[in-house]
Amino acid sequence: MELQYWIWIAVGLSFTLYITIAIITRASSTGEFYIAGKGVPPIANGMATAADWMSAASFISMAGIISFNGYDGSVYLMGWTGGYVLLALLLAPYLRKFGKFTVPDFIGDRYYSNVARGVAVFCALIVSFTYIAGQMRGVGVVFSRYLEVDITTGVLIGMLIVLFYAVLGGMKGITYTQVAQYCVLIFAFMLPAIFISWMVTGNVIPQIGFGSAGSDGVYLLDKLDGLHRELGFHEYTSGKKSTLDVFFITAALMVGTAGLPHVIVRFFTVKKVSDARKSAGWALLFIAILYTTAPAVAVFSRTNLIETVSNKAHASLPQWFEKWEATGLISYEDKNQDGLVQYVADPQINELKVDADIMVLANPEIADLPNWIIAIMAAGALAAALSTAAGLLLVISSSVSHDLIKKMIKPDVSEKEELIAARLSAVGAVMLAAYFGINPPGFVAATVALAFGLAAASFFPAIVMGIFSKKMNKEGAVAGMVVGILLMLFYMTKFKFGWFGGGSEKDWWFGISPEGFGSFAMLVNFVVSITISKFTPAPDSDIQKLVENIRKPDDD
Amino acid sequence: MNRVNNYWKTNLKYLVILLIIWFTVSFGFGILLADSLNKIQMGGFKLGFWFAQQGAIYVFVILIFVYIYLMNRLDQKFKNQK
Repeated sequence: MELQYWIWIAVGLSFTLYITIAIITRASSTGEFYIAGKGVPPIANGMATAADWMSAASFISMAGIISFNGYDGSVYLMGWTGGYVLLALLLAPYLRKFGKFTVPDFIGDRYYSNVARGVAVFCALIVSFTYIAGQMRGVGVVFSRYLEVDITTGVLIGMLIVLFYAVLGGMKGITYTQVAQYCVLIFAFMLPAIFISWMVTGNVIPQIGFGSAGSDGVYLLDKLDGLHRELGFHEYTSGKKSTLDVFFITAALMVGTAGLPHVIVRFFTVKKVSDARKSAGWALLFIAILYTTAPAVAVFSRTNLIETVSNKAHASLPQWFEKWEATGLISYEDKNQDGLVQYVADPQINELKVDADIMVLANPEIADLPNWIIAIMAAGALAAALSTAAGLLLVISSSVSHDLIKKMIKPDVSEKEELIAARLSAVGAVMLAAYFGINPPGFVAATVALAFGLAAASFFPAIVMGIFSKKMNKEGAVAGMVVGILLMLFYMTKFKFGWFGGGSEKDWWFGISPEGFGSFAMLVNFVVSITISKFTPAPDSDIQKLVENIRKPDDD
Repeated sequence: MNRVNNYWKTNLKYLVILLIIWFTVSFGFGILLADSLNKIQMGGFKLGFWFAQQGAIYVFVILIFVYIYLMNRLDQKFKNQK
């Protein structure tokens, strides 16, 4: 059957499933809308967190980025998984014990101040919007690539679907659609990976396969290092970033993961404290399945790409090459007119440009898999993009309806009115996100990675100290958050957009890139908070009791 | 009060031990010591590279499940002391 029909069938069926789930599990109270009525079983919450977490970028781009960066790509692998250890050990159980709806709820109550709450809302909105604009764009790109519509139409279709199930279902609806989306996306990612691993190495487990030998008896990674040396690239298994920068970027991604409001709020949805720990364990296990497969896919496709194209006649290349050339994701320019493809590190001689996304997208064709698998991959990529967008939308809408309206502007709002406000702000947020998706401001691509730095610099220290120190007071926490997020915003706008006089790599402070600067800003946040809290009054005994209480297990 | 204090102290002890392991496998083996470990070969993998792209992630998953086990045991003990 024709590929396009298969894609419509796979996408149509998966969308019908999501909408059906949303109708069955729609929210009828604010508790259900914000935190799914605290009734989500840990395994289901683990899957939902995994889907929430893994975006279109994880699904499509990550393996390709690792493929082109080799060892340096490890920052994403360790950074985006290691944060779950911090979540499970330092944040999730205590925030669940605290038992309210949002992260600003915790900051506002623990630091007994609406200023602290307001700063937290501001940080949550900045972090979530930088993140979601990129997601809506991702939804549009995936739609346009697979369904052959233009990006604007793609964004609009995606917007309508998310609007429907996020507004109707709230957190409860989103949770169960995310469970379904996780199943779709992990199946779609693993199937081609397993096939390719089996073809290249004879081992069906990709994680073991990429450490094995190919049919010529040479270890795959040794062969790849050799190919890289020959063509002038840096060795695949060692990096070219400085060790210090790798250290700081990994730390910023880990701590940022633990500070992202849309991830933290998932742990408010379970029944008890021990379930919050269990959810984090399941979530990381489900994420690790994809994250340990991605580096294997990266190696298979990198080797395959070099062996297929390097010094081969352009006319003799396989059919998939030509097909992807048509999309502009691969481009070839015969600089020395010899009809062969020179793929080397030197930009003067190199004739081939390859987009990172191709490494995952072209996999099924390279492995010669049937059309229905490509269709499932399309559904998987859409599941990844939609689930993340929906989770972020919910954070934005609850920040507005709960933290701003209910807690700060109009405390006497009735539950019914608050629920309407929550739904309306979700609608508003989707439209704004869709606008950014269709007219992406130049900074979106640059800032998605920086959302982690912002979260690390603002939330993480305030929450951790709120739990582990009884003496941390509102003056310290507010000053720390404000200094942390402003410092991060300053560094990122200076070196990414050239504000405040701009600057190049040479001017980086201590050689730390903007991506890694979140770790530095976080340390500054800690230092500022602790120093200021020493010179200002400690919180009164009610607050110290609150802290003691969140440290105890349930029902005590 | 002593009972609550002991619970918290034991929890902190677990946290410190598990976070030291967390730091060692990722920032230690995967980054700071990666170059030296790369001289050791494990099957087709150089060890430092393996920790950075595989090993650290497996250890992360194990760490959380160990913490779940330890805390469930501690919660039970805490309950029995009542």
